[in-house]
Amino acid sequence: MQPFTTLNAIAAPFDQPNIDTNQLCPTRFNKVPRGPKYARVLFHDLRFNADGTEKDFILNREPYRHAGIIVADRNFGCGSSRESAVYALYEFGVRCVIAPSFGDIFANNCGKNGLLPVMLPTAVVDEIRLQLNAQTGATLAIDLVTQTVTDVNGATHRFEIHPVRRQCLLEGLDDVDRTRQYQGAIEAFEAEYKGVRRWLY
Amino acid sequence: MSRVWLAVTVRRGVLVSSRTLFEKIWSRHVIAEEDGEFLLYIDRALIHEGSSHAFDTLREQKRRLFRPRQVFAFNDHYVPTSGRSKGVNGIAVAEIRNMVLQLEANAKEHDITHFGIDHPQQGILHIVPPEQGITQPGLVMVGADSHTSTHGAFGTLSFGVGASEIMHVMATQTLWQRKPKTLRIQIEGELGFGVSAKDLILAIIARIGVGGGVGYVLEYAGSTVRAMSMEARMTVCNMTIEAGGRAGMMAPDETTYAYMAGRPYAPKGAALDEALAFWKTLPSDVDAQFDKTVELDASAIAPMVTWGTNPEQALPINAVVPDPRNAIDEVQRAEMISAISYMDLSPGMALSDIRIDRVFIGSCTNARIEDLRAAAAVAKLGKARVPAWVVPGSRSIQHQAEQEGLDKIFTAAGFEWREPGCSLCTALNGDQLQPGERCASTSNRNFKGRQGTGGRTHLMSPAMAAAAALNGHCTDVRTLIAKA
Repeated sequence: MQPFTTLNAIAAPFDQPNIDTNQLCPTRFNKVPRGPKYARVLFHDLRFNADGTEKDFILNREPYRHAGIIVADRNFGCGSSRESAVYALYEFGVRCVIAPSFGDIFANNCGKNGLLPVMLPTAVVDEIRLQLNAQTGATLAIDLVTQTVTDVNGATHRFEIHPVRRQCLLEGLDDVDRTRQYQGAIEAFEAEYKGVRRWLY
Repeated sequence: MSRVWLAVTVRRGVLVSSRTLFEKIWSRHVIAEEDGEFLLYIDRALIHEGSSHAFDTLREQKRRLFRPRQVFAFNDHYVPTSGRSKGVNGIAVAEIRNMVLQLEANAKEHDITHFGIDHPQQGILHIVPPEQGITQPGLVMVGADSHTSTHGAFGTLSFGVGASEIMHVMATQTLWQRKPKTLRIQIEGELGFGVSAKDLILAIIARIGVGGGVGYVLEYAGSTVRAMSMEARMTVCNMTIEAGGRAGMMAPDETTYAYMAGRPYAPKGAALDEALAFWKTLPSDVDAQFDKTVELDASAIAPMVTWGTNPEQALPINAVVPDPRNAIDEVQRAEMISAISYMDLSPGMALSDIRIDRVFIGSCTNARIEDLRAAAAVAKLGKARVPAWVVPGSRSIQHQAEQEGLDKIFTAAGFEWREPGCSLCTALNGDQLQPGERCASTSNRNFKGRQGTGGRTHLMSPAMAAAAALNGHCTDVRTLIAKA
């Protein structure tokens, strides 16, 4: 996994709440093997007509074609567990999504793919979107080391992230390697557990 | 605000707080903890064709499955729902056929129990495990699908995960999780005539919102839940994710044990006595504390229909399309305007005036035998005016329905009796809506394009969907039955 430390990028504001993973990656693209093809999949049905020509959509406009951050409203990434929604964001170039809340599974999926989900209070996120709507193409600075977002006006907002998730993102660590250190504990657990749940195994 | 309010009792000489069903299962599966992240043991994992990304990563990293006997694979999302006698060769589109074949190959390579396209018990990954007794009280189960919450109906902790996490489970049989909070949905009273579990869960989601359960495990409790069949309980738990909940759960009871009796993977004989003794310890203690409780009166719930593009945009069938001018804030107003425009409706229009183009009765939410019986009871009152599909959730359900003559009732009423799979709920196997088509559907998601690009979905119960088929528009099934 690509480590995430700091990011300074164009931020695209999405004002509607409850953007589901079906919008991020329409279901029929789930079978696409992971790779650069996913760049075009992101918001596909909102970005492209049936003939492949572009619709008027924020990510089809300059400078948002180069957006590295999405600032959204509440419950971003709700719905289906498809990790392809994260692949689509990642391949498009998005490395961070800021929102007041996220779909649980989506937020977990982000952290496993080098994409940082930042949760900030509604009032702060609303303010950042106001700034971005007023200044097309403005950038935000994200620092995972100090856990801060610097907004368009230069104000910094501290965000919380679980220390283990933060470490994994900073170092690009894979959970499986981390879990391997517990191999002894897992096997001891199994020996005891399977002894008292014999009907299961 | 520490934990002084928790009732504390002494059990076997150890101080034990009164605990919820969730807490009992969670704590029993913790192997380790790091800064509030817990390494949980996973009893059983469920995968489907879409898990191909996880297998790709396993292959890249040269990893093997740690406990292949605890992983179960299902061909469901990509299987066709007609022409199945030809097996996989009946799938004309190479990309779709390849997804079915890939799962078969991966299951074989990794020695995973596989309910493949030609398996006599093939079906949807949230329908087959309960039928087979794979789903059992007290387990932690994960699935590569958000509707894994379904299995919570048996008193399990079950939730959906993405490709990276299912890969982790396959490689280690464990998963790192933060501990969610608990939300009890307390439902009392009897559901009225013509009102089903689907109406109940749509009413719950309308009440707490699509983000209302984020960060929580939901436990559904109360007299309404205790009176429900396992099929009805599964419908409710299934749509927990539509309220944003991590998992939905219900206490196991005699209804649960009766359903499980004799199923292939369920314990029998002395093992059953041992299992029962354990299962009976699982329900939340009477004085267990939840982080939050929401109360509902089941008798006040009417048959529900969604009018918008997410499951909280649902109203009783006798209501009208809401007016965005009455939204609580600008954000909701914009969301309503967008939904009403996509759905091509207008504010103030009666929901019962919404004309539909086709009907889908099926999915992991509503394709069990009871759902088909409820739909057939309505179907036999008339003739379908629009194309109406009935897709059973599994081969076992298909055969049972055929033994009961339900297939004959459906076909006599002009409905199409098809073969088991996810079908028009996910629109991955080629079954899909055309742009602009409007579907009365018993599935779980009405997101834009969910049933096919440009398709429009109205979620409702099986009886309501059958009523919509007979009238060609959304219909109060209670009125239709009363007239008959």
